[in-house]
Amino acid sequence: MAIETQPGAERIQPVGAGAARPWWMRPAVHTGLIGAVIGYLFGHLLGNIIWPGNPAFATGLSDTKDFPIVLGYVFGTIGWLAGLGIFNDLGRLMIGKPLPDVEYAPAGGLAKYFRYTLDHKVVGIQYLFGMITYFLTGGLFAMAIRTELLSPAYHVLSPNAYVTVVTEHGTMMMMMMTSVILGPFGNYLVPLMIGSKRVAFPRIEALSFWLTPAAYLVLLSGLLLGGLPTGWTGYEPLNLQAGQGMDAYGVAFGLMAISVILAGFNLIVTIINYRAPGMRWSRLPMFVWGIFATSWLMVLAAPVLVGACYMMITDRTAQTGFFAPQLGGSSYLWENLFWFFGHPEVYILALPGFGIVLDLIPVFCRKPLFGYKTAAAGMIGVTLLSFFVWQHHLFDSGINPDMRPLFMLTTELISIPTGFIFLVAVGTFWKAKIRLTIPMLFALAFYFNFLIGGISGVFLSDVPADTTEHGSFFVMAHFHYTIMGGLIFAFMGGLYYWLPKMTGIKLNETLGKIHFWTMFIFFNTTFLPLFALGLLGMPRRVFEYARNLQTLNDWVSISAFCLGGSILIFLVNFIYSTLFARERETGNPWRSRSLEWQVPSPPPPHNFQHVPVVLSGPYEYGVADAPPMADLAPPVGVVSAAYTGAGVEA
Amino acid sequence: MATPAAPAASAPPERRHGWWIFGIWLVLSVAADLLIWFAWYPHMPPGVMSSSASHQRFDIAFMALLAAPVVIFIWTYFGYAIVTWRHRAGDEEDGPPIHGNIRVQATWIVATAVIVLGLFAFGTVELIAPAGAGAGEGPAPIWKPNGTTVNATSWSPGAKNTLVVQVIGQEWWFTYRYPQFGGMESTRLYLPQGTPVEFHVTSLDVIHSFWAYLLGVKADANPQVDNVAYTTPKHLGGFIVRCSELCGLWHGAMFNSGKVVTPSAFQSWANSVRAREQGNGTLAALPPYALTYDPTVIPQLGKDLVKVAGITGANGYYYPGQQAGTPGNPVSP
Repeated sequence: MAIETQPGAERIQPVGAGAARPWWMRPAVHTGLIGAVIGYLFGHLLGNIIWPGNPAFATGLSDTKDFPIVLGYVFGTIGWLAGLGIFNDLGRLMIGKPLPDVEYAPAGGLAKYFRYTLDHKVVGIQYLFGMITYFLTGGLFAMAIRTELLSPAYHVLSPNAYVTVVTEHGTMMMMMMTSVILGPFGNYLVPLMIGSKRVAFPRIEALSFWLTPAAYLVLLSGLLLGGLPTGWTGYEPLNLQAGQGMDAYGVAFGLMAISVILAGFNLIVTIINYRAPGMRWSRLPMFVWGIFATSWLMVLAAPVLVGACYMMITDRTAQTGFFAPQLGGSSYLWENLFWFFGHPEVYILALPGFGIVLDLIPVFCRKPLFGYKTAAAGMIGVTLLSFFVWQHHLFDSGINPDMRPLFMLTTELISIPTGFIFLVAVGTFWKAKIRLTIPMLFALAFYFNFLIGGISGVFLSDVPADTTEHGSFFVMAHFHYTIMGGLIFAFMGGLYYWLPKMTGIKLNETLGKIHFWTMFIFFNTTFLPLFALGLLGMPRRVFEYARNLQTLNDWVSISAFCLGGSILIFLVNFIYSTLFARERETGNPWRSRSLEWQVPSPPPPHNFQHVPVVLSGPYEYGVADAPPMADLAPPVGVVSAAYTGAGVEA
Repeated sequence: MATPAAPAASAPPERRHGWWIFGIWLVLSVAADLLIWFAWYPHMPPGVMSSSASHQRFDIAFMALLAAPVVIFIWTYFGYAIVTWRHRAGDEEDGPPIHGNIRVQATWIVATAVIVLGLFAFGTVELIAPAGAGAGEGPAPIWKPNGTTVNATSWSPGAKNTLVVQVIGQEWWFTYRYPQFGGMESTRLYLPQGTPVEFHVTSLDVIHSFWAYLLGVKADANPQVDNVAYTTPKHLGGFIVRCSELCGLWHGAMFNSGKVVTPSAFQSWANSVRAREQGNGTLAALPPYALTYDPTVIPQLGKDLVKVAGITGANGYYYPGQQAGTPGNPVSP
């Protein structure tokens, strides 16, 4: 306990042995890649040796080459992690050598971003660049889909290329982007917001990031193995029937699931145990509440996915029959397991967005958050209810028809806590002093888009209406409104808001405004017509459609290209502002009360020189006698007294 | 809808914001709902071709009636707020420190709860009353059309006589079998007008979804599962059947068509198809009618005889995905 209350600077040493070596001798991405190649070759060879004739069933359900490929992926990932030096400390412990001093805040310039480090701020930046890469990759696939759909009959892509592109787009966006807010902003900002010098499990946090590049490469390697024909849902038994590309899907999804479990677990423990003295639950910023709720969903839902992926991989390699109907398995089992993870997954994507916008609006309304407890209750309510709605994805599947009224009820109930997020915004805007900065514009756009997404979700919860809408472009439009219109807009708002905090550099405002308005307009012109297309009978994931729908489809495609152009403007702004213009912003540009803005930007190596003592909540704008949020240099003895006091009470 | 009540402390000459917002909302909502009901509803998808389609259309319209005021409230409120309470240059003061208002919060929670529970009651009635609303109900349907009879081996025209149609999904084709006509099969879905229809949807390989859009029927075709859905065609005309569950390479091209005809025309069509299939040996070669089929144990599959117009619809072969050709032109195994 005393360890945490002391200023950390004297205690932390650079790693003794490692620091002396030249950079290419130290574990980093390049050694990781070498490890991955060695691991893959070893695994592939092992697969061929231990199961040379891997007997295919008479039904032709499985492919003989799956086993070496899966083992190659698994050992390749282990090699990648080993090459990065993730197992070094574990190895030292196992052979009884003492651990070097822990390097919580590595020195050095750019090189540290290519290494396995224990600094939550470095991991946050790594996540940021990772997520933007995955997002742009997924976006390119979306452009390919819309190019194909320019014509109802003329084909740019072959059928195999088309379904593969659809699958890669969906999987990249839903799976790789699971941590799009929790990864960069959650890891970077949560310790700063709760007044901690570090996260609870820095090794686990770093591991959670370094699994994502592995999953990304494995997923993309599916393109080289004959493609992935199943969509991001991977329904069985199509999955079993497909070629080796699906091994990439199974392993990559499994790795990502492990990554999000680790990321969520670390943040749960951090938020519970690493809050500064005085940081009561009622003083947590809403963003931390959003991350807390998300982390619980990740930890509780993703294990189901790990299990499902494992079963699927054994079906494809070791000839088990969990999902093969001819062998006594059931395709319903996959649907249930997948959606038991898959529905919480979409709230994993939505909740951090709620957190960001609720954190932004009091700052730019210059008013306290209206109904703090209601906002927190809304997030907790969504978290709990999201585990009880998954069968609304299966209303037409023939599964449990007698349960449909129940799942209709739970699905509609979840709109009550979601409504709280709107209620809080409505109250906060009342008689406010609204400043339309770029983050605020994104927050407002979040409400605009998420409203359409949420209301269309209520249409889908009604079984008769769902019978028309299920599996059509209506559903597609619905979840793009909640995920792209909600999550990505919140992410962009958070980026414009917190990038000065994370890098000390602010993004160009003119380009930012152009980016916002083009993205907002073209997002809506792209996805609003998709509701109409769905209601007019166009199923998802098709490359041929009724001729009378061509005009609408062409409109959507052209809008989608413009939306891609808007993302390009963002990219130009990001590169221009961070590499060339480098406009410094080290203070508190938004005049936020929140704790993360009370330290310089970018934050010093250990966030806080002393453990701060939190004196009031983060949203006390306009409260005449409100003390500052925290005392950053508390008198000697106050902090340890607070800890001892808490100990006595407990 | 909850309208935020104006705080008591506001000065007398100030505008009554709550009432202004309420007024704008009321006018716009009434206008939108009138437009939805009188201008849009008559043309709303999926139309009125069958009983389940018109129920779905009614549900979509009803939800739109409820959704419009909610959406308009939020838009009105935020639009009004941005215009009225926008930060003026030079004003560096913070806003009023309002931390919450129990009355507003309670009103909002009660209002949303009432809407949601009302929707649940509405949806449940609309699910049960029209016999499952055209959605697949699995092998043991619990909501069936009232007062109808099912004869397993024959069908004659009559508003109470249910026609049984089996839908067989397969990569990448739908085939229809009519057990009441000797189990004969067709690649076009003919249905008699004014007759309750019981669909039995199953699959030979992967999950497909039988979506007759204008008929308001959507039921997944799961391998080894019999998925039942009901509807009653009301109007004559043609319709398209599409697969709405991704089923592999040619999912995008998996569609065929159907037609609602008069009961007598249906009967003569069905009898003629049956006679033709009896004549050319197809009927004898087909596997006996069953609720599900396992393609790995149907000896007839892939034999030349069935190739004429066999169960596979795709001209005679059950073929795994690796040997995919184009729909209707599979690569010979």
